[in-house]
Amino acid sequence: MTDTETKSIGYYLRTHIREYGMVVALVAILAFFQVLTDGIMLKPVNLTNLFLQNSYIIIMAVGMLLVIVGGNIDLSVGSVVGFIGALAAVMIVNWDLPTALVIPVCLIAGAIIGAAQGYWVAYWRIPSFIVTLAGMLVFKGLTLALLGGASVGPFPDVFQGMSSGFIPDFFGGLIEGRFNLFSMTLGVALAAILPIIGLRSRAKQAKFAAVEEPMAVFVTKHAVAGLAILFVTYLLSTYRGLPNILVIMALLIAIFTFITNSTTLGRRIYALGGNEKAAKLSGINTKRLTFFTFANMGMLAALAGLVFAARLNTATPKAGLAFELDVIAAVFIGGASMSGGVGKVIGAVVGALIMGVMNNGMSIIGVGIDWQQVIKGLVLLAAVIFDVYNKNKA
Amino acid sequence: MDTILEMKNITKTFPGVKALDDVSLKVERGEIHALCGENGAGKSTLMKVLSGVYPHGTYEGDILYDGGVQEFKDIRDSEERGIIIIHQELALVPLLSIAENIFLGNEISENGVLNWPATFARTGELLQKVGLKENPATLVTNIGVGKQQLVEIAKALSKKVKLLILDEPTASLQENDSQKLLDLLLEFKAQGITSILISHKLNEINRVADRITIIRDGKAISTLDARGGTITEDDIVKDMVGRDMAHRYPDRTPNIGTDKLMEVRNWSATHPLHPERKVVDNVNIDVAAGEVVGIAGLMGAGRTELAMSIFGQSYGTDISGEVLINGKAVDVSTVEKAIASGLAYVTEDRKEMGLILEESITTNITLANLGGVSENGVLNDGAERSVAEEYREKINIRTPNVAQKVMNLSGGNQQKVVLSKWLFAAPEVLILDEPTRGIDVGAKYEIYTIINQLAADGKGVIMISSEMPELLGMCDRIYVMNEGEIKGQLAAKDASQEAIMRMILKA
Repeated sequence: MTDTETKSIGYYLRTHIREYGMVVALVAILAFFQVLTDGIMLKPVNLTNLFLQNSYIIIMAVGMLLVIVGGNIDLSVGSVVGFIGALAAVMIVNWDLPTALVIPVCLIAGAIIGAAQGYWVAYWRIPSFIVTLAGMLVFKGLTLALLGGASVGPFPDVFQGMSSGFIPDFFGGLIEGRFNLFSMTLGVALAAILPIIGLRSRAKQAKFAAVEEPMAVFVTKHAVAGLAILFVTYLLSTYRGLPNILVIMALLIAIFTFITNSTTLGRRIYALGGNEKAAKLSGINTKRLTFFTFANMGMLAALAGLVFAARLNTATPKAGLAFELDVIAAVFIGGASMSGGVGKVIGAVVGALIMGVMNNGMSIIGVGIDWQQVIKGLVLLAAVIFDVYNKNKA
Repeated sequence: MDTILEMKNITKTFPGVKALDDVSLKVERGEIHALCGENGAGKSTLMKVLSGVYPHGTYEGDILYDGGVQEFKDIRDSEERGIIIIHQELALVPLLSIAENIFLGNEISENGVLNWPATFARTGELLQKVGLKENPATLVTNIGVGKQQLVEIAKALSKKVKLLILDEPTASLQENDSQKLLDLLLEFKAQGITSILISHKLNEINRVADRITIIRDGKAISTLDARGGTITEDDIVKDMVGRDMAHRYPDRTPNIGTDKLMEVRNWSATHPLHPERKVVDNVNIDVAAGEVVGIAGLMGAGRTELAMSIFGQSYGTDISGEVLINGKAVDVSTVEKAIASGLAYVTEDRKEMGLILEESITTNITLANLGGVSENGVLNDGAERSVAEEYREKINIRTPNVAQKVMNLSGGNQQKVVLSKWLFAAPEVLILDEPTRGIDVGAKYEIYTIINQLAADGKGVIMISSEMPELLGMCDRIYVMNEGEIKGQLAAKDASQEAIMRMILKA
């Protein structure tokens, strides 16, 4: 390796320290609890639970990232989770409507809720903190009203399957014992496809200009990611295979990573959050964008609401309580900036996973809920201090 | 008569700029001393040095005041010695009462508990002194700008002022409010308070000033004695603008089209908060292909407001008028439509309104024309970078890497990024608002070269600038604007700084 090459790798890593730092932190925390829990942490059953437990937070963190990058915040998502769960329960359990109808209706209802709040933020310039604080109270109240203060359930199996089901093993029985070969195949395929996509985009870039990311970093990144995917799918395959919800999450992450990295829509949201005046004077319809981020958030909160209700197999008045705090914390731990314009989808996901791993790990080793809160709070603060420190140093 | 203040050989440098160069100023006790000069000449900087905004140690030279050398550490320090400065932008808290504003930071209190009766009583006395008939409990936001100015002065009086500095106090005032304020200054003079008055309005200066010091390019040019009544406005103007034309402008052979490329007809706009104030008043301007047209005027003349109201109604309310491009009326009601019609506006304040500082050079350059680097809403990474590389080379943006964040660039290079952004949007007409503000001489020359190239390519360029030599050096034609109206236009060959100044002051 030549001297300039090493220098440019160093430069690249320094300018991207936050992204890689997060992943390193996640791995370190995982390893820490793996040791402390005597290996329970990475047991297939626990890993499966980890994804199931955190799915709704991750789903919402993806939407919240767009809202926060756009320079706003949405405090109502926890209440919307509860409300949509209640709505689904009333429609399915009380009114006997088919699941196939209820799910789209609920998603649309969520989008309308988000749009209604986004309307005031975008077109009336009412601070999002206030609009969504109002929304939080309103939908908490409506959840209670809808459920009449009681829990409603249980749900039919189809509905539950969304959250607690697993991808069926189409190759069932090819290997003796409990090993889901189909899930493993999916994992191998994903691990193989990612570097191919990466290489193709590099080739496309190279046609126009020098590629920014050094090859060494590219190879390392994909090797680590590929190994991690293979490792996780292997562990999951030895249990019951890939959970349905993990596939839904993976799709969402892929879609929103694409939107934020590679579309004009995403670029404009970053511009809006980075400097609203400049974005406006560049011909960007900032109001419509803000509106969109909230409508999108509402729909994802609705999805999370369905997933959560399916997981509990009942809609309770307490569902979604304080979820907004976990979601917002995940986004900030993931490197988003309070003032908008900065943040990555994958960062928010890693942020949510860090919170999830800590919850899970601390529960296993018997740390009380009291100290869990304290430690999570300090981690959030530390992550943001790290950001500010890095920024000042630069 | 003795001297209350003597500033000796003051030099103040900012990174890359010498704002004050060996300036000396002598003010006698009990006089009204006027400071004159163009925008950016260094008047306000000099007053900031005096009042401790720039503390002792950040400048060279001595301040002799009230019999001794002073080393002010901050504003509080100078205020304690009786030097009170009233800034151009008023420093009042809109949602506090007049009384609270007057005693802000200087509250009448005992052990931290406010003494309201004494506060209101004192405020009443002070308001009487400045001739303001308002209830001390009235919120500042509910009184007009003229009255707010008087509240500022009352605040100064509450601090036992010996030397009162007013930075363009009448800039935003109506005629009769201005007269009242000037009368008040004369009254203070009779009471023995010394004033330093910074103003652009020469008739006002002539009316109240005893002596006038003129500052140009950070140097004190002359001090004129106005007491004899022999000083004319021409004398002042000559010293204000008389700089040598040492600045160089790249050569250009104008190739101006015969038809109007863009025409603005009967354009008016109103202040968004004060509907009674017409900020742009029935303006008619035009520009031909290949032409560089300037708009001259002082700060607050309405030039930026004119440009922004044309560009997608980004400023003002009640906007009326017509914009024609190539003889056809176009819709410029949103920025998107204005860009689609072939307009581009390079903002005056590039950090606040032009750039996304956290983002890369590439991202900033493509922002106004994302359609040019995407297909069906999907960005083409490579195409984007090649665009950025192209402009980096063409416009000479000095950076190791187009992925560099814009905030790490110098002012000149930032300005080049903003220009690149608008060049990539491929407009017909570019409105450049103070395109060389705050950038060094070398970068200015490069910007001028780009402007000339644009004209040579058949674009129309409208250039707003407060630096008159720049307009004279660059433009084919200059409009002169003041108080929202176009006061007239000058062809390049007839234009001079004196002629422009005279046209501005004609009002």
